[in-house]
Amino acid sequence: MDKKIVLETQDLTKRYDGNTVVDNLNLHVAENEVFGLLGPNGAGKTTTILMLLGLTEPASGSARVFGFDSTREPLKVKRLTGYLLERLGFYDGLTARQNLRFIAWLNNMTDDEAEQQIEQVLESVGLTEVADTSVGKFSRGMKQRLGIADVLVKKPRLAILDEPTAGLDPEGINQTLDLIAGLPNMGTTVVMCSHRLYEVQRICHSIAILAKGKLVVEGTLDALGREALAEGRYRIEVETAEARPQLVEIIGKISGVRNVEAEGNFLHITTDSDLRAAISKAVVNNDVALIQMKVQEFSLDDIYKKYFQEEG
Amino acid sequence: MITIIKKELADYFTSIRCFILFILVLLASAAGLYAAYQGIRGVDTSTGFVFIRLFTTSGENIPSLVSFIGIFVPVIGIALGFDAINREYSSGTMSRILSQPIFRDSVINGKFLAGMITLAIMMATTLLLVGGFGLRMIGVAPSAEEIIRLFIYFVSIVIFGAFWMGLAILFSVIIKNLAISLLASLAVWLFFGFFYTLLIVPAVARSVDIYLLLVRLSPNTLFEEATMAMLLPQSRGLGLFASSEISYMILNPLPLGQSLLLVWPQLTTMIGLAAVCFAVSYIVFMRQEIRAT
Repeated sequence: MDKKIVLETQDLTKRYDGNTVVDNLNLHVAENEVFGLLGPNGAGKTTTILMLLGLTEPASGSARVFGFDSTREPLKVKRLTGYLLERLGFYDGLTARQNLRFIAWLNNMTDDEAEQQIEQVLESVGLTEVADTSVGKFSRGMKQRLGIADVLVKKPRLAILDEPTAGLDPEGINQTLDLIAGLPNMGTTVVMCSHRLYEVQRICHSIAILAKGKLVVEGTLDALGREALAEGRYRIEVETAEARPQLVEIIGKISGVRNVEAEGNFLHITTDSDLRAAISKAVVNNDVALIQMKVQEFSLDDIYKKYFQEEG
Repeated sequence: MITIIKKELADYFTSIRCFILFILVLLASAAGLYAAYQGIRGVDTSTGFVFIRLFTTSGENIPSLVSFIGIFVPVIGIALGFDAINREYSSGTMSRILSQPIFRDSVINGKFLAGMITLAIMMATTLLLVGGFGLRMIGVAPSAEEIIRLFIYFVSIVIFGAFWMGLAILFSVIIKNLAISLLASLAVWLFFGFFYTLLIVPAVARSVDIYLLLVRLSPNTLFEEATMAMLLPQSRGLGLFASSEISYMILNPLPLGQSLLLVWPQLTTMIGLAAVCFAVSYIVFMRQEIRAT
């Protein structure tokens, strides 16, 4: 899977008053994917983002976004990138539409283009009805939605979202996640920071975990999940109508099966690849009714816990 | 940068702060006009300058318009600038603006220029209002020279305002807390406006030369002198004169060129002070780091 890399950092390092906040970070984000940046508070996520946008200078190393050096050509990077801050700031005296219009102007959009785009993004975050209300009267969740509109109004090719669902109600979270998940189809790559692992698991294709400024792990979710749970193997769980001890032996002979354990009506099978077809055939051929079979799903929680235990 | 100026101007003109300032300015204009109404009949018109006396004449108990302006311009400059930068930080909008494709300095330049435009509009309004009503009141039209003198006076007001706004912006860059940066600017204003020339300098100065040197470090003194030279054409020189010198002075007005020559050092010093204030805030602002909190 050779995808174009749109964002990469090389030994990116940042120190504040002698503390290394970001330590030789090497990240790679492929085009049109949703990339999750995880890590506990103070892991250096926000500082990394600030360096990506050229808002703060790295102590050493470099960051490239769409091939532009973030430190030397920040304007080119910022033209293509939208950034949703964790701490949202709007002009309270202006309406939602005016706030967005200001951003559109700063991005050199023409008036017609801006109005059209503003209408569209307000619609997509569900704020059309309050477009002309001043932002000072907005609730936390409405501001969060406006923040997402604010990122999208400039039609970014890369959207960096820091806690995009903070303060939203469950329905809002779902809508927002759907919106974010749809962005790659429209040609926008997404980098998203979040502490809610299930959200990341739901929409991200790849993740990176940071701790104390260092990269702990980077990769696609599937690969990392298997890595974390079963040293890279598949775990398949089979439920049969009755316990049949000889099944253990039969399945164990299928090539690629590493281990089979029986537990009542359940069989726990560890394999090198997805062998569900072969296993189901073996079960049915032995006159046992197959009730269900599934590849055991890992949760991001497991991945997260595993790496933080190792970090110790 | 144009976008930022546009937005800041829109903000200023719709803000309550500006509304209050405009009301203050209107009140000051009215008071100045009333002072002129009371005092202008007693004015010596032998100099040939009547129209500009509208601005410098004080009434029985009411100070002249120029003394109102001398007090109000610093206040307006401070009111427009004290929260220029730190408000953006405290409301979290600074990072949002800076993550847009704009040069960082256009933020501070835009704010400064928008403030200057607002100040210029306010002061031009004042001068035009007083000039217009005054014209109806006294029925003497201004001469070309008077108009030029008024215009130069207007320019010196803008420069004087630029100094105070530059200072206020400087504090807004250095001090994160809005109230403290306002207080700091006001403290400097009070210091120069009252303590410095009235208490400190007379106590310290041992000779007239030193007195004049020290007193002219204050932007307020520079502005007063510029006002005098421009609007009271009979001023021969600025500063103090021995009574033996005064007896030799002829009381006819100076030509415009000579008045300008007299006031040139004051104007350039004010421009210099304003430039230093703005340059320091510019540099500090450009070096300020956006940090993750």
